[in-house]
Amino acid sequence: MNVLQALNGALRDCLQEHEDVFFLGEDVLDPYGGAFKVARGLSTAFPDRVITTPVSEAGIVGLGTGMALRGLRPVVEIMFGDFLLLAADQLVNHAAKLRWMTNDQVRVPLVVRTPMGGRRGYGPTHSQSLEKHLLGAPGLTVAAISALDDPGSVLKHAVLEDQDPVLLVEHKMLYAQDVLPLGKETDLTIERLGAGYSAYRMSVSGAPAPEVTLATYGYMAELARQALLTLAYEHEVFAEVVVFTRLSPVDLSPLLECLETTHRLITAEEGTLSLGWGAEVAARCLEATPGALRLRRVAAREMPVPAAGPLETAMLPQTEDLVTAALELSGKGRAS
Amino acid sequence: MPTLDHFYRVMLRIRLFEEQVLAWFPKGVFYGTTHTYIGQEADAVGVLEHLAPGDVVVSNHRCHGHFLAYGGSMHALAAELMGRQTGVCGGRGGSQHIQWRDFYANGILGGTMPLASGMALAERGSGQAVIAFIGDGSLGEGAVYESLNMCALWSLPLLVVLENNRYAQSTPIARHLAGSISGRFEAFGIPVVHEDTTDVLRIYEVAGPLLEQVRRSGGPRALVIDTYRFAPHSKGDDTRDPAEIAHYRENDPIGLAASRLPADIVTSIGDQVGAEVAAAFERAKGDPPADPTRLAVGAGNAL
Repeated sequence: MNVLQALNGALRDCLQEHEDVFFLGEDVLDPYGGAFKVARGLSTAFPDRVITTPVSEAGIVGLGTGMALRGLRPVVEIMFGDFLLLAADQLVNHAAKLRWMTNDQVRVPLVVRTPMGGRRGYGPTHSQSLEKHLLGAPGLTVAAISALDDPGSVLKHAVLEDQDPVLLVEHKMLYAQDVLPLGKETDLTIERLGAGYSAYRMSVSGAPAPEVTLATYGYMAELARQALLTLAYEHEVFAEVVVFTRLSPVDLSPLLECLETTHRLITAEEGTLSLGWGAEVAARCLEATPGALRLRRVAAREMPVPAAGPLETAMLPQTEDLVTAALELSGKGRAS
Repeated sequence: MPTLDHFYRVMLRIRLFEEQVLAWFPKGVFYGTTHTYIGQEADAVGVLEHLAPGDVVVSNHRCHGHFLAYGGSMHALAAELMGRQTGVCGGRGGSQHIQWRDFYANGILGGTMPLASGMALAERGSGQAVIAFIGDGSLGEGAVYESLNMCALWSLPLLVVLENNRYAQSTPIARHLAGSISGRFEAFGIPVVHEDTTDVLRIYEVAGPLLEQVRRSGGPRALVIDTYRFAPHSKGDDTRDPAEIAHYRENDPIGLAASRLPADIVTSIGDQVGAEVAAAFERAKGDPPADPTRLAVGAGNAL
């Protein structure tokens, strides 16, 4: 099963299990089924609760907020994460604030899902990882799916169990990726850490204790997986990857536990470097382990995402960037 | 239909509440700022006297009048302005962020319209109406048009009450609005009634059928009311020509209603409402301040 099928199945389950669930978005009706086909089949099965909307991102996020205020459980699809900024006011000043601002008198169980990220040549306004601009907004949970374990269960948790607004980021490269189950089915061991928006730990099966910890989320977890294997088989450097699902609010407890052993941290994200997720993670880890942490941040370069393949590859972080950073930190790289 | 003395009383409660707010602001008892409804009382009262249980009201930064006409507590509103635990939202929201029962106000101009539309979508077919108050200033915001489009497209039960007080903060309508107000609704196929009046009876009369059409899911309707605010946008920020203000004061909705009532009734209502307002503010002033130990309650998943 790939990630797209997992998400599609989860949405189908949500609509099936709860008649308060609605699905809204642009171009989501069959036979089109949404720009990335996550909605395929939903409008045929649930014609009254799948609503195709005008091209109005602020309008439909606010619409979902209003529906949630009246007891429904709306899921709003934003076709490209790049378009989310059009709805930023609705997310930050309305959906995220309403519960607290009203003295806990109302709840907004809204889910906004959106594909982010590059590596498909869509160019500067259809390839970005903009989630960092919405991290840290009080009252808004930002989570990112990965291919690990069961991405559908993350979506179901957000739709059916979370009573507060959630922005769910789905990197577009994940859709076609096969789901990586927990356990030791490959050279990797994947463990779940915690419940709900779980974090995961990936390590090379049977390897010695790791020397470096990579912290990441989304599709970068796949690049980190490749880096892990390259480091182990080509350099005999053993690393582990902590993959986060919930980005904001921040809970780094699973990572801090790993750093007690490795004291070396690499943060990896596909958004641009400055003031990003990695900066917050690094700052918190440094605060928690004063004087005992070596650190690298891997992220995109500070410019828009180019369309042409060679340019995009040069601008976005790649597997070899992770490998290089790990070699440096472990003392086995050129710049050690 | 409610009697004229009832209309007068509800409007006067708003007027005297707001006058007390402006009178007490220099005393430093309130936090932040305020936007008073003085001059526009007939709009809220004329429309909201039609409310049925479960109807939703969505208001804006100038929400005190809407809230009081909705049936909100004068004391709780005063306490909210003063940052007291007993405030409508425990002091968290302040003057322009009020939520109680099915009443929602937010200070982001026009940003309330998508929410109102979503609530209307949720209430479609229930016989309930959503009533959204916006002003001429909010017509500069794109979210308004996205909302009108969706409401018309899906026949959602929304009544938009557009209070044209002829100013967006300090900017007169001639400097911020092209075309016509009614034309904006007509462009989406939304039937619109346009009234240039401060007569609460007239507003009540035209709002009734519009709300009935909305409740029967005939889709959205718009009521445009040309009005005027007699007080500043906020507190001390009035740059309008005093002669212009005096001109519109001749059509004071309170004075108009009072002129149709016996003098002794006007006096007696005035005494009662005056005492009610004084008591509400004095009581709020004596209430305990908002409690910092509750700061994180309801802050979502914050760790």
